[in-house]
Formats: sequence, C-alpha cells, structure tokens
Amino acid sequence: MAVTSMSTPDSALAGPAAATAVGEPMPMAVSSRRRFLTVLRSPLGIGALAALMVVAVFAVFGPVLWGEAARQADLTQLSAKPSADHLLGTDAGGRDVLARVLTATRLSIVTAVLSAALGVFVGVVIGLLPTIAPRRLGRLVNSAIGVALAFPALLLAIVVSITLGVGATSVTLAIGLAMAPSYARLTQTLGASVTGRDFVAAARILGVSRARILVRHVLPNVRDPLIVNASIGAGTALVAATGLSFLGLGVQAPDYDWGRMLNESMGAIYVNPAPSLGLGAAIVFAGVTFALAGEVLARAFGLHRPSGRRRRRKTTGSTAASPVPQVAEDPVLRVRGLRVEAPRGDGWATPVRGVSFDIDRGEIVGIVGESGSGKSLTCMAVASLLEEPLHVTASSVQFDGTELVVRGKVPGRPRSKSLAQQLGTRLAFVFQDPSTSLNPALHVGTQVAEVGLLHGGLSRREARRRAVDRLAAVRLSDPARRARQYPHEFSGGMRQRATIAMGLMGEPALVIADEPTTALDVTVQREVLALLRRVNREHGTAVMFVSHDISLVSSFCTRVLVMYRGAIVESLSTEDLASGRAAHPYTRALVAAVPHMDAVPGTEFATITEDAEFPLDAVREGSV
Amino acid sequence: MTTEPTVTLLTGTGAGPDSATGTFRGRGGRLGAFIVRRLVRLAYSVVTLVTVVFLMVRLIPGDPVRNALGINATAAVVEAQRESLGLNDPLWTQYLNFWKGLLTWDLGDSFSLHLPVTTIIEQRLPATLELAFLSLALVLLVSIPLGIVVAALTRGGRRPTVDLAYTSASGLFAVIPEFLMGVALVYFFAVQSHLLPVAGRTDPSSYVLPVLALSIAVAAAVSRIVRVEALTVFEQDYIRTARAKRMSRWRLYFRHALPNLVTSSLTVAGIVLGSLVAGTVLIETIFSWPGLGLTIVDAVRSKDFPLAQGIVIVYGLIVLVSNLLIDIVLVCLDPRSALKDT
Repeated sequence: MAVTSMSTPDSALAGPAAATAVGEPMPMAVSSRRRFLTVLRSPLGIGALAALMVVAVFAVFGPVLWGEAARQADLTQLSAKPSADHLLGTDAGGRDVLARVLTATRLSIVTAVLSAALGVFVGVVIGLLPTIAPRRLGRLVNSAIGVALAFPALLLAIVVSITLGVGATSVTLAIGLAMAPSYARLTQTLGASVTGRDFVAAARILGVSRARILVRHVLPNVRDPLIVNASIGAGTALVAATGLSFLGLGVQAPDYDWGRMLNESMGAIYVNPAPSLGLGAAIVFAGVTFALAGEVLARAFGLHRPSGRRRRRKTTGSTAASPVPQVAEDPVLRVRGLRVEAPRGDGWATPVRGVSFDIDRGEIVGIVGESGSGKSLTCMAVASLLEEPLHVTASSVQFDGTELVVRGKVPGRPRSKSLAQQLGTRLAFVFQDPSTSLNPALHVGTQVAEVGLLHGGLSRREARRRAVDRLAAVRLSDPARRARQYPHEFSGGMRQRATIAMGLMGEPALVIADEPTTALDVTVQREVLALLRRVNREHGTAVMFVSHDISLVSSFCTRVLVMYRGAIVESLSTEDLASGRAAHPYTRALVAAVPHMDAVPGTEFATITEDAEFPLDAVREGSV
Repeated sequence: MTTEPTVTLLTGTGAGPDSATGTFRGRGGRLGAFIVRRLVRLAYSVVTLVTVVFLMVRLIPGDPVRNALGINATAAVVEAQRESLGLNDPLWTQYLNFWKGLLTWDLGDSFSLHLPVTTIIEQRLPATLELAFLSLALVLLVSIPLGIVVAALTRGGRRPTVDLAYTSASGLFAVIPEFLMGVALVYFFAVQSHLLPVAGRTDPSSYVLPVLALSIAVAAAVSRIVRVEALTVFEQDYIRTARAKRMSRWRLYFRHALPNLVTSSLTVAGIVLGSLVAGTVLIETIFSWPGLGLTIVDAVRSKDFPLAQGIVIVYGLIVLVSNLLIDIVLVCLDPRSALKDT
C-alpha cells in the first residue's frame, strides 16, 4: 500500500526503483547522457513520459476546460447513473462527475507535488545535520529520525492536523512533514557513505571546511537517488493526501479533490458505483505515473542494475577434437567431449572446451590449473550439478556405470528417482569454502543425516544415529553434541570434516573435492587431506582432487590432469611430474612457479604472466 | 582462515558436559544482554514519541482549543478552557503533567464523547489489534511462499513470461492504496454480489473484506522483497551443497532456503506492521470497523484533541512494542543477529 512507502521510501516497499536506488552503478563506459536518452527511448521511458504528460495536461488545463461544466448543477439529474451526457453520472448535487474528476486533478496533483517537495526539503536539511553538526548532536538527530521512521506517516500527518485543523494547506504541511523523516534517513545514509570515503577524509585533514565538503562532495552524491525518491514520493503523497481527504481530514468544501469526491461517492456506491470506480482509476493512474517516472529516472541515473536477460543456446556445437584416453576396464567416471558454455555479453564463452578423461575406481586424481582454467566447472558438470544459463554438453559422461548424458546434454538435475539415489549416495562433494557450503540455519547433524533420510530409506532416528556415527568417523570429538550445533559454532576444519561426513552417509564411489583445503590453514589442511586419504583407503573411494597448488597435488594424488583454458593439456603420473618429465610447456611453467625452500635468497620467483600464451593442444595422448 | 574465534572459544572445542552447559549459559547471557539493550532503546523511543507528540500539538502554530470551540467562541471561554486543560502553564510543567497522566493512565476526558480517553481507548483497541494482526498473519502466509515459488520459477532468468506477469501484477497491486482496494472490494462484494458483509464487526465473515483490503497491497510488496531475498539465497553455496544431495525441489526450497529467509522476512514484517497499523485508520472508516481508527478520525473531525493525542500515542506504542517483539523473535531464531546489533 502506498502510505507504507511514505514511511520508507528508501525501502523496497516504495517500489522497484527505490529498492535499488543505492545499487551498483552501471559501467562507467556508458556516458550518462547517452544512458539517459536510451532509457527515455525505451518503452518504459516513453510510457512514463506520456503518462506524465497526460497528468500534467489535466492538472494545468483541467479547471480551465471543465471547471464550468463541473459547477453546473442539473437539478433534473441528481445522483444519475452514467449516460451519454454524463459519462460517469452525476453527483448528489446534479453536477457532472467526469468534469469534476478532471477539474480536481489540479488540486490533487498540486497538493501531492508540494508536500513531496516540502518533505524532501525538510528531510535533506535534517538529514545533513549529522554530517555537519557536532558528533553528539548528530547522533541525537540520527536516533530521532529512527523513531520517526518507525512511526506510520499517516498518523504523523493526523497529529499535525490536530493543531493545524483540516484543509488543503494543513494536509500539504502534514504530509510534507510526515514524509521528511524518510528523506532525512536517505540523505543521512548516502551522506555517511560519502563522508566515510578516503577523499573526504583527506579533504578534512587538509582543512577543508565542513560546509565545503558538504557542497562539493556530499550533495552531488545524494542528488540522484533523492530525485528518484522524490518522484516516487509524489505518488505516495498523492495517495496519502487522497486518503486524508477521504477521511474528511483534508480538502474541505467548497474545494474538492479526488479523496473528498471518493468519500462522497462511497455513500452512493449502491446507487451509482461509476464515480467511485472512475475516481479509483484516476488515483491509481496518477500514482502509477509517479512511480513509473521514479523507475525511469532511477534507470536513467544508472541507479538500477539492468536485469539479466536469459539467452537460449540453440546449437550444441561440435565437440572439439580432444585426446581420447585409453579405455580403462571399469572406471568410476568416464567423460568424453565435455563442453560447458556460458552466456557472456552478447555471445557465449566456452570455459570448458571438450574435455575427456577417466577416473579409475579407488584412484586419486588431481586436476591442476590456474584460476579460470575450468577445473571447478568440470567438476560441477560431471556431477550433473550445472544448471541454466550454463549449457553442458558431452558425448558421454558415465558415472559408476550409468550414463548421465541425455540427448547430448548433461542435465542439471537427475531425471529419475533411481538416478537421484545413485548420485546422492555414490557421489560425494566437498566444496572449497566450508564457511559458506553448510546451511547456517540448520543443525550440522540434520544436514549430515539428510542423505540417509532421502536415499538410504532410514527413519529420522536411524539417519540421525548414522550421522553421529559418521561425524565420529571423521574424528569430530563429542559427535552427538556437535550434531546439535550450527555451522557457525564449528571451526573451518571441523566444517570441512562435517562435509566429508555428509558424503560418507552413503557409500561413495567417488569424492569430488573442489579445492577443499584452499580456505584452511596449513595444519588443518593436512588433517583434511589425511581424512580424504583414509576414506580412499578404507572405502575404496576414488577422489577427484581439484587444486591450483601443484605441489600439494603431486604429494597427494597418483595422477594429475593439467587444465589450461578449458582444456586438459596433459595427463601424467605424479612420479613423472615430480621427476620433471612434464611435456607440456604450461605444466612446466606451473612446476617452475612453485617456490623452493632451497632457492637462493634474492632470486625472483618464476611467475606465469597474464599475457603468457601456451599451446592449447594436448600432449601425451592416452596415458591414463 | 575462516574460523570464528569468539564463537569457538565460547562454546569450547573440548568435549564433555561442562562445555555443553557453557554453550547454554553463553547464549542465554547474550540473549539477556540483548533484551536489556533493546529495552533501553524502547524506553528511549517511547520518550521521543511522547515528546514529539506533545511538542507537535503545542508548538505547531494554531490553537487546538480555539480550533475545537470554533471562531464564534468568546476569548474568555477559550481562555477558561485553556486554563482548565493546563495549556497556559509553562511548557515544562505541561510536559511533566503530560507524563504524569500517561503513567497513571489518565489522559483526561474526551471533548466530544465526555468519557475518559483511556476508557475509550480500552474499548476500541481490541478491534484494531485484531485487524492489524490478522492482516499481518495473512501477509506473511501469502507473501513468503509466493515470493519463494516465484523466485524458484524465475531464478537465473528462467521463464521470462512468468517473471513479467508476476512483476507487473505485484507491482500494480502494490501501488493500489488500501482504501481504494477497500472501495473495489465493497463494489464487488456488496454491489455486484452479496457474498460478504461490508460493514461492522460481527461474525467471522465480516472480517474477510477489511483484512483483505488491508493485506493485498502489502502482501504484493512483501512478496517482491521475499523474491529478491530468495534469489540471493538460491545463489548461496549451501544450496549447491544441498543440490548435491539430490533432493526434490520442494525440499530444497522449503527445507534449505526458507529458514534462511525467515530473518529477512521478519525484518520486513517489522517495517510492514507500522503501515498496517496506519492502514487500519482508513480501512476502519470504509468498513465501519469499531476500532481506534474510526475513533481518531471522528476525534480529529470534531477537534477532540485530548482523544486524538491519546490514540496517536497508543498507535506509536503498538508499533514500537511489536518491533521489539519481532527483534526478540529474530534473535531467538538467529542468535548471531544479536551480535550484529549494537
């Protein structure tokens, strides 16, 4: 409802524009002038401009054109129903309702715009006080704004009209004053965000006066969001003023605005509903116009994040020629020609371009490569976890003997219940950042137990018992108590253990560990690796271990796949890697980039620079 | 390194029953401290509220007594009335008396109804509270599931048609002021059909239209906020973790995403409550609902400023106290928010 937004124009209630008014700026590349024109030429911009013109024309010319007709009483037609002469019928005094609605536009709109302007002016003055006033006074003003904001604006307006009496002037003042706190808060928030920045601090140290800081730095930053919210505020003021007049607290006879007319027409709604409906339409139209104008301004100022457009990918594209590895007997994972495409700008990027590899049962395979080489996407894709807008295709992905590819695509969600069960119990995932990969709102035990509940056919209690058992298996002390705790009560290492325990609820054939230790310190890192190795040894679980740390991979894994720009460029055993038998220049560069303890102090680290180019062709085909 | 030292130290990593009680005591203490801090802030807000209402009525140019008695009253009559109301006392004395009246729950007599203001408030308050809280419940029950479902349907730019339909419909409903919604409902249910009563507070069916009129716009607005929040939650890593367990979408959204939305939804509920309370003023007038709103409108119309002023303070108290309750519920649900709040 609209009076709501009066109290909170800076909240999302005031409409979509205000919600994002303090959003991220658009790229600076677009010049503001061009953006303004683009937005104005968009359908939304044209619509808002047209609606605004309509409202303005009626406000200016309404009384001139229909004022006479609105005064003329036709005593033969009292409270008449709509007819050709009177499209909305007549009121109790026999006057044409349509003419009166159009005439009342001016008073309704002027009241709204004036009160919004007053609200903005008073709000900005109060809102700037904390920025320029002494700190203690500023804090006082701040909390007063807070209390005023909590108090519904309509009621504030009523308080004001207690003393001012009723009438158009007092309504304007009342609504203006009632809207001021929200503009004050907006100004103060925006002002504070500016004064907190370095350049203002620097200016202050240089002895620039507060007033000058205000004019030079604070006001320009406050201006745009304020204009947007003032526009939306005019809409809320309109509704509030109409509401007050409707209650009989606003405009008084002989003047009339939409609210007062609505009040009168409500009494006759059973006889003639047309006036009420016509008035409702007029109020909503004007209200929506101001809201739309706000939205358009927000976009024009670049305060609005452009909404992401969905793009469909039509063709699957041919799979690039890629090395086909030797066929293993019964691999736990077999991937052929895996591609991942993602929308980027106007076209499509291909972060994973035709990857093929096998992972044997019980094997620990490392995937290394720099950030952005497609490691994580490959993991997510083979686990059938990537959803639109990403586009995953492959000629084959076989996990644990089951083909996941359906019509050339890897779906983001299993197609059948049995497949869901197989993936849920046989494939475990350990993610990079344990601080975000557990649900903060659920007990750890609940999260661990869930797989047993979903796929293991266990009762709630059995699942719970098994979860505690699994938490004990990953060496968490006091697992029963730990199960009843929330993730934020766990340390990073403990959370990562809990994630592994989650995977152990089933009998995983493969654990995909996507940089499981990157976010952990070295000691905890070693513990987590030892745990993964134990799982591998005790359950025969294969591990697909992703890392950008080539030395970690060579100590932990038996075989290494090297990824570079979305392709596997080399597959070699860790012995070969360790003994310097890497063939691909990129692999050699990665190895060379590892700092050594015995390096001569003062020598520069070898690095792979941003613009370094390596061949994308794979070496050593089929050395699986 | 992403450990949280304070929490880990508080709860202790060592096993044993002691650390379990430690956890409990630690959290209980934190909650207690939070409530105390919050009560102090409430007291401060109440003082501000009362002071502001007091000052507004007295400092804004204009004379409420002259207003009430009309321009024909002689200066002597006005003066006598001012004297009897204590309006000629120094401001400071008036302020103290005002507080004394509040604390002893004696706000003087109503000009128009010739009854103690407090008695009137006690009679009319329940109807308004019912209306406000039923609407709040309806808003939450509708907007949270709706926001989540629409977010689930449209996440990542899926189903642009649904997105467009929802955005336009909810946007339109959100801007329709509640009194117009009331008028529209009266039209449909009283003029077009005679399904539901449109005035008074009698049997349960008489609640339907007022509650709907009050809730629809707010529910539309809140569902938009919930949707944006839900879209953010769906992007979180723990949702990916949950997806890796291969559960139904229903379970994913309502078991894993919803608990993380409760905090923000309740915060919104706190903001919305104020506007619902204000909305009751208009809705009560349309539906002749015998609550505080109807009373305050009459009071202002008949220049009955003691009554109007008393009701305004009660409205303010309702808003402040319910915000306090919401904050406490939030802390119970999510103990970390007590730490954030300073």
